[in-house]
Amino acid sequence: MAIVFEKTKGLTDKPFHYCPGCTHGIIHRIIAEVLCEQDILENTIGVSSVGCTYNNYEYFACDMVQAAHGRAPAVATGVKRVHPGNTVFTYQGDGDLASIGMAEIVHAAARGENITVFFVNNAVYGMTSGQMAPTSLLGQVTTTSPFGRDSAVQGYPINVSEMLATLTGAKYIERVMISDFKNIQAAKRAVAKAFRVQKQGLGFSMVEFLSTCPTNWGKSPVESIDWLKQNMVPQYPIGVFKGKDLEV
Amino acid sequence: MTKRILMKGNEVIAEAAIRAGCRYYFGYPITPQTEIMHYMALTMNKAGGTFVQAESEVAAINMVYGASAAGGRTMTSSSSPGISLKQEGFSYIAGAELPAVVVNIVRAGPGLGGILPAQGDYFQATKGGGHGDYRNIVIAPASIQELYEMTVEAFNLADEYRMLVMILGDGTLGQMMEPVLFRDEEPIVESTKEWALTGHKGRDHNTIQSIYINPDELEAKNNELQAKYRAIEVKETRFEALDTEDAEIVIVAFGTCSRICRNVIRQARDQGVKVGMIRPITLWPYPTEVLSELAKSDTLKAFLDVELNAGQMIEDVKLAVNGAKPVYFHGRTGGNLPSQKEILDLIMNIHKEVNQ
Repeated sequence: MAIVFEKTKGLTDKPFHYCPGCTHGIIHRIIAEVLCEQDILENTIGVSSVGCTYNNYEYFACDMVQAAHGRAPAVATGVKRVHPGNTVFTYQGDGDLASIGMAEIVHAAARGENITVFFVNNAVYGMTSGQMAPTSLLGQVTTTSPFGRDSAVQGYPINVSEMLATLTGAKYIERVMISDFKNIQAAKRAVAKAFRVQKQGLGFSMVEFLSTCPTNWGKSPVESIDWLKQNMVPQYPIGVFKGKDLEV
Repeated sequence: MTKRILMKGNEVIAEAAIRAGCRYYFGYPITPQTEIMHYMALTMNKAGGTFVQAESEVAAINMVYGASAAGGRTMTSSSSPGISLKQEGFSYIAGAELPAVVVNIVRAGPGLGGILPAQGDYFQATKGGGHGDYRNIVIAPASIQELYEMTVEAFNLADEYRMLVMILGDGTLGQMMEPVLFRDEEPIVESTKEWALTGHKGRDHNTIQSIYINPDELEAKNNELQAKYRAIEVKETRFEALDTEDAEIVIVAFGTCSRICRNVIRQARDQGVKVGMIRPITLWPYPTEVLSELAKSDTLKAFLDVELNAGQMIEDVKLAVNGAKPVYFHGRTGGNLPSQKEILDLIMNIHKEVNQ
């Protein structure tokens, strides 16, 4: 019998622990697929962070190191400086990257650190049960903004991709959304491009994924996708913010 | 190189690290240790290594974590307030069992404190600082020559035990110049580091982490760490004993402070008071046993603990002495050093008191 589909070798056989409808699994899979397609899995070193994906070192079938909350870009810097020829990536959520780890991500980008960052933005802290994130939308109800995020009290969402795109050291930055087949394919192309940017030694690359958190949003998976499109996309437009014309 | 060279302590640390094979240094400016960074910035590239000026001490220690996980010989340095910021990283390094060398050129605290020498970080260095049950090997040199030799040794110890080794100096040691004699070849012990992250071509993939959600696994990990620490206590405890055989009063002091006390021994003996000194070289593991043994001696009447703080190591001295003999204390804070005279006067008073 002909094999028509196989799970990527870039992932281990360990079952994901993610909630139903969460898109981390899809993001993991497309990263792993690209690592295999570009034949770089065996020279890749990934950095797990703190949050729902704290243990994705058990899922990616490559060398992995788990970092303290927000510090993944600094850890990746250390790894990459030792092994400049290896592919190095971080996988971080919005609390990790845009709150506690804001200094590390900004400076890794400013140094033009030749690493790839996968930034998963679901507008909420997932693992600790739905607190307001720096990326939470105005009016969004979370466990720490129970009456909705109020700009007078809690300020405004941070558009990380746009902000990092102002830095010279950042060479490729794209925001994608995990909402439907077409966009998932676009996300995969962005992942592939980011790794090519790194392989060619051009500097810092990042893909921001708009992602869902049905559990903490209190919505079904289908409702969550709709909510993402209707509410997140206006605040976080998808597109390439840096390196649009890069030919890699 | 067989000629003695006059060098500043901080520069000697950096030179020693490079000689020891350290090729990845990550730092952030803070007085009084910044010359380590300057020296690294000048020489690390030539040595074929990497120097990164990190955006913070927090980032620097996490770069060390990454470089160490990748199998590199790596170091960071800072001074007290900066070391406080690195404590999170120390705990992760301990949990993940990564080798790393950290230099703390201690300044006076608390808070922003001052930039002058102190030993007020003894508790933080030897009792934890970061969260969880862990230990770091803490080495306290007392001269520029020792800064050199012990920094080289720190890298070997870090690799051997897969843990953080701290060089605990102070502003005096960092800033002063003394002759140093470099060896032609350093006693570098190479380790294979099969656990390191290098890309998994030709082997199963490696992971490095400090999280164990399962309580039994985490307890097993803790037991493993504790067993390692017990072995280090047996094998790696170091101290210098000076004129203790016939001493009535034994001073306990480390680092810069021990140098002042060393001179007092002679002066006291000239005046007929038999004084000796125990100088802990490793602050963890602590030379508890030698103090316990001395405490049993009939000739010995009292201990005098002298520190550049308000009394921190004295807790370890008292634990070792366990009430067998009185333990006196003299300390200076704020960046001040005790004079030989004030220590000598105190010894004379103690001598009178214990012989009444």
